Amino acid sequence: MSLAIHRLEESGPLSRSRVDAFVAEHEFPLVEGTSMTFVYRGEASRVLLQHFIFGLPTSQPFRRIAKTDLWYLVLEVPPVSRIEYKLSVTRGDGQKWIRDPLNQHLARDPFGANSVAHGEGYEVPDWVEPDDQARPGTIEEHRLESSALGREVPFKLYFPARFRPSRRYPLLIVHDGDDYLRFSVLKTVFDNLIHRLEVAPMVVALITSGNRLVEYADHPTHAQFLAEELTPHLEERYPLIARPEGRGLMGASFGAVASLSTAWRYPEIYGRLLLQSGSFAFTDIGREHDRGPAFDPVVEFVNAFRDRPGMPSQKVFVSCGTYESLIYENRSMVPLLQETGMQVKYVEARDGHNWENWRDRLRQGLSWLFPGPLWMIYE
Amino acid sequence: MSTRAPHPHNPNRPLVLLGPQRLEPTLADAFDRLEIEGTIAAVTAGWQEREAEVEEMREHVDRPVVNLLLHARGEALFAADPDLAQAYRQRQLTLIELQRLYRLRLHHTLAGAKAMFGLNADPKLLLPERKAAITAVRRLDNRHLRSLRKVHLQFENDHRPFSNRAVAAQREELATLLAGCSALAIAGGHVATLLNRLRLFGLLDLAADLPIVAWSAGAMALAERVVLFHDHPPQGAGDAEVLEAGLGLFSDLLPLPHARYRLRLDDPQRVAIFARRFAPARCVALDSGNRIERRGGTWQPHGGIQKLTSRGRVRKMKP
Repeated sequence: MSLAIHRLEESGPLSRSRVDAFVAEHEFPLVEGTSMTFVYRGEASRVLLQHFIFGLPTSQPFRRIAKTDLWYLVLEVPPVSRIEYKLSVTRGDGQKWIRDPLNQHLARDPFGANSVAHGEGYEVPDWVEPDDQARPGTIEEHRLESSALGREVPFKLYFPARFRPSRRYPLLIVHDGDDYLRFSVLKTVFDNLIHRLEVAPMVVALITSGNRLVEYADHPTHAQFLAEELTPHLEERYPLIARPEGRGLMGASFGAVASLSTAWRYPEIYGRLLLQSGSFAFTDIGREHDRGPAFDPVVEFVNAFRDRPGMPSQKVFVSCGTYESLIYENRSMVPLLQETGMQVKYVEARDGHNWENWRDRLRQGLSWLFPGPLWMIYE
Repeated sequence: MSTRAPHPHNPNRPLVLLGPQRLEPTLADAFDRLEIEGTIAAVTAGWQEREAEVEEMREHVDRPVVNLLLHARGEALFAADPDLAQAYRQRQLTLIELQRLYRLRLHHTLAGAKAMFGLNADPKLLLPERKAAITAVRRLDNRHLRSLRKVHLQFENDHRPFSNRAVAAQREELATLLAGCSALAIAGGHVATLLNRLRLFGLLDLAADLPIVAWSAGAMALAERVVLFHDHPPQGAGDAEVLEAGLGLFSDLLPLPHARYRLRLDDPQRVAIFARRFAPARCVALDSGNRIERRGGTWQPHGGIQKLTSRGRVRKMKP
């Protein structure tokens, strides 16, 4: 198939107005089957695509069409991919990383925002958009003095719409709760999935650590805080199911490590785990690894877990992006988890280590771990 | 009024089925059309712990409403009579296990039907195979229905719940409340809970002379069989299944609330299988704004109500 950019290039000398017309006529990146054309317009000495796809060279150079200020790069991208990227543009005054000026789609994260490219067939799920018909839940701010952590811990509680003290609810504790709310629109996701009866109405505790690289890396006091302080505190005060099948832990990246390590340290408490892109780095021999010192305790934990996994939970949902450097570690975790006798569901997506990947997997994970009364309720 | 209450299945009892009421309430209109001025007896047991919250309904119908509180009555009954509660629990466990076994078989049998409907082949050969595949599903559904009925019959024979003193007292109270009412409104919600409570108190017998307006799960519970359905759930294949024997006020209609949302009505294969599986009952989409009335034994559709056809289409229903 001839691509639009190639047809343009081969069509003879390009005037400024023809380039203007080409840019105005298309949306970028331009998706034609599995070919994705990135375009930059402007004076520069070098333009690079800086993406976060593990397995491809991180920087990919654009090509300039002669006698124009139009630069392009064609990337072969499998269907249903989602790619976050920036452009590196070098001009006389130096090199800058910028968001793609021709692409309005952005994904935000704690470090700012990236441009987003959607491969053929990818659609933003409709359940991540606010729905007028979905009754909204509420979020309250709380604090708890923790002996384990030696500080007062702020956290948020999500209560589903039509919360009633006369019924009992599951409890899900979410690591990096503020980031999930901001970057994975977690409140909207819960409101919608509960409204659609796909997920059980539940109470969600959203915790945030000021020092996640330490506290989430299999830190015993973090596990102690969750299992011995926060969970009992909430079960005393709210109508919660208070059995393993009604308790869950969730997290992404180091948050997934914290979820698994807490369940491992306190088996038979949390019957549901939702682990997204877990930083489950391990070594098969020795302790040397190349992921940096923050991973030292993680590698130690994962190695120990791989030796003696026990049966930390009942049902575990694991997801990972195939464009992540952690895909090998997550794939390696699956057979191990299965051998423990736990029910395990593993899902991959053509996406990277980012909040929208984690957002997009929530329906599958939550509806499997905490199924809603979809089949029984006809209001 | 006759001194003898009519049979609860009396086809002359005014019966109106409505679509979901939350966004487009039409309950008041239904009562207006039935020329009902008096008190409405409300069954909201399907709302479970929110059963008592009928203020919106009260405001909407603009008539006195007596909430029969069947869910709470059931809970009180079970708390007061542990033996009855235990017997009920046991029956529920039996029903759950039966459902599990049926579902396993259904998945495979229905897969056969889907395969036949997904094929292109010589019609002379294929059409009889399709028919046989649907027959297999229908046989399985009917067998399951018979098993469910057997469980209920056994329970009634063993425990005679209406002879239980506490149940009898509750039924007496309900009969007194119903005597002052002009119609029965049965709301949607959790269909199994609703059906369970209606059956526990034999409510349709107690209200045998009252017109009924029911919506969503309320409408489903009154049919000969209760069929659960959802074509695109987040987990599983979305195979519709027979959950229970309904209260049997009618057998010629299968109400499908929220059909536009829950069913893939643009998928001819799924629609055709659904319609053929439950024929001769007409599978009727009961969406917001829809109303269907039974008068003199025939159904009068209103509000552009649609039915699923055996050819896999969705057509406006005619009387």
